[in-house]
Amino acid sequence: MPEPQDEFAIRVHDLVVGFGRQTVLDHLSLDVRRGEILGLVGASGGGKSVLMRTIIGLIPRRSGTIEVMGRPIDGAHDRSRAAIWGILFQQGALFSSLTVRQNVQFPLRENLLLSQELMDEIAIAKLEMVGLRAQDGDKYPSELSGGMTKRVALARALALDPPILFLDEPTSGLDPIAAGDFDALIRTLQKTLGLTVFMVTHDLASLTTVCDRVAALADGRIVAIGPMRELLQSEHPWVRAYFHGKRSQMLQHEMR
Amino acid sequence: MNSEPLLLATPSGDALELRPEGPWIAANVAKLETLSRSVGVDVDRSRAVTLDMSGISALDTLGAWILEKLSRKAASSGRPAEIVGVADHFSGLLEEVRQVNRHTLAPAAAPNPVLLRLSDLGKSTVGAREDVAIFLQMLGALFMAVIGIVRRPRSLRLTSLVYQLNRIGFQAIPIVVLITFLIGAIIAQQGFFHFRRFGAESYTVDMVGILVLRELGVLIVAIMVAGRSGSAYTAELGSMKMREEIDALSTMGLDPVDVLILPRVAALVIALPILAFIGSIAALYGGGLVAQFYGDMGPAIYIARLHEAISVTHFEVGILKAPFMALVIGIVACSEGLRVKGSAESLGRQTTTSVVKSIFLVIVLDGLFAIFFASIGM
Repeated sequence: MPEPQDEFAIRVHDLVVGFGRQTVLDHLSLDVRRGEILGLVGASGGGKSVLMRTIIGLIPRRSGTIEVMGRPIDGAHDRSRAAIWGILFQQGALFSSLTVRQNVQFPLRENLLLSQELMDEIAIAKLEMVGLRAQDGDKYPSELSGGMTKRVALARALALDPPILFLDEPTSGLDPIAAGDFDALIRTLQKTLGLTVFMVTHDLASLTTVCDRVAALADGRIVAIGPMRELLQSEHPWVRAYFHGKRSQMLQHEMR
Repeated sequence: MNSEPLLLATPSGDALELRPEGPWIAANVAKLETLSRSVGVDVDRSRAVTLDMSGISALDTLGAWILEKLSRKAASSGRPAEIVGVADHFSGLLEEVRQVNRHTLAPAAAPNPVLLRLSDLGKSTVGAREDVAIFLQMLGALFMAVIGIVRRPRSLRLTSLVYQLNRIGFQAIPIVVLITFLIGAIIAQQGFFHFRRFGAESYTVDMVGILVLRELGVLIVAIMVAGRSGSAYTAELGSMKMREEIDALSTMGLDPVDVLILPRVAALVIALPILAFIGSIAALYGGGLVAQFYGDMGPAIYIARLHEAISVTHFEVGILKAPFMALVIGIVACSEGLRVKGSAESLGRQTTTSVVKSIFLVIVLDGLFAIFFASIGM
C-alpha cells in the first residue's frame, strides 16, 4: 500500500444533487477515513445509493466537491479510476455473456498488460480469496446463486486491488448465514488488503459487526456519524426511529 | 521510495538471495512478469533460496502472487524458499496468497473434432425435433384457449386485444404503405423497362396486379410484421420471463397463454390480412403512378387493364394466406419469448432466432400455398 498522504480516502464537501425539481442531497459533507469500514444508512429512497453513485461519477452533481484519494472527481469517464475503486453493485452486475473467470479478468485485461497464464492465476487467486472454488470459474453468471453472485462481483471489484471498495447493500437478498459469512469476508479482506470500505446497507447486523463508523443520511444530509455505540445514543429523531424501532430493538436485545 | 520495482538476485555459492524492491503492485505488472521470469533459471539452479522482502514499498495481491509463485517454484524441487524481512502490514496478504491456487485444475480434455461435429449434429437434430414439438404445443395451447373463449366469450381479454391491434396493426400502417408502395413502383418500372423491348408494355399491368395480389403484397407485409412485431413479442415476453412476471401470473391461477399469448396472436391474425390488403392497394397505386409517369399509360387505361388482368381469385389467394402466416409468426415469436433464460444475451439470441425462424417459415408456407393453390386450380 502507498504511504497515506492524508487521513481521508474520500472527502465530500457541500454536495448538492437533484433530479428535476427534487433535491436529493442538500449540501452534504462526509469524510471517509483511510482504512475504515464506513456504513451508510438512510431511508429507502433517501439518497444513499445516489450519494454512492455521485461519488463514483455515475450521477452528475449540481455543486460541491468530491475528492477521492486526494484527487478531485469531475464526472468525466476516466480509465485510471478503475484502479482507485472497486464497486459491488446490488445485483452484482456481472457481465452475463462472460464466464465467472472472464468477469474477474475483465478489469485486468482492459487495464493492464499481462500474460494469459498470470491472468488465469490471479483470477483464481481472487476467486479463492472470496471463498469460491477454482472450478466455479467456468460457470456463467446465470448459473450462480445469490451469494455466489455477490462473491464473484466482489472478486471482480477487487481485481485491480483498488484501495477503496464501494458496496451497495452487500448482504441484501442473502440468508443470515451467507450474510454473516459475507460480512466476515469483507472484514478479512479489508484487513489483509488494507481497504477503505464504503458500505450502503440496511443490515443492522453488518452495521454492528463490521462497520468502524456509521453515517446516517436523512433529509439529504449526514445527520449523525460515528461508531455504532454513539449512533445508538443520537438524539436525532430519524436516527432514533431507525435504531430504536421495534425491529432494531429486537435485534439488539438478542445480540446482547 | 523506489518508483520502479526491482528484483536483485545475489547468488552466493549454491544459495540464491532474491531481494524484491520498490512497489510490487498491479500497475507494474509487465515489469514484474519480466523480473520474475528473468530469475527463473537462477532459482532452478540454486540449492537454497532466500526471499528478502524488506525492500518492498508497496504490495498488492498481484505482486504477492508473483512472489509466491517464485517461492513455490523453488519449493517444487525440494528447496523450500526462506522468506525473511516481511513487513507487518504485508504479512496478512502474503499468508492469504499462500493459501490460494493450491488445487490445480485438471485441464479439460481436448475434445475429438470428429466427435464434436457428430455431437453438434446430434444436438441440432434433437433441437429441431424439440422446435417442432414446441410449435405444436403452442398451437395446441392456443387452440384450447380459443375453445375456452368460445365457451365463455367474456373471458376474452378485449382490452389487451385492442391494445395489441393498435400497436401491431394501426401503428404499422404508415411503414407498410410506404414499403409496399415502393415495391409496387419498382416492379412496374422493371416491367415497363424490360417489356418495352418486345412491345409488351401493357402486360406490365398484368404482372404487377397478379404478382402483388397473389404473392408479394402478403409476403412483404408478413416479413415486415415478423421483423417489427414478432421481435417485439419475443423481447416483451422474454423480459417478462426474466423478471418472473410469467411465473407470477401462473401462481395467481392464470394461464399465460390466455392472458399474454392469445391476445397477441389473435391481434396478429386479425391485423395481418388488413395490413396485407392495405399493402396490396398501396403497391397497385405505386404501380399506377409509375405507369403514368414512366410508362405513359394513363390512370384510366391502367385501371381498365387491371380490371381485365386480375380477378377476385387472385385477391383471395393472397389474402387467404395472411392469417396462416400471422399464426406462424405469432406462435414462433411467443414461444421463442418463453424460451428466454436468465441472461441478457439469451434475450438477444432468442429475439434473433424468432425473427429468422418466422421469416423462414413464412416463406416456406408461401411455397406450400403456391403448390396447394396450383393443384386446386386457383
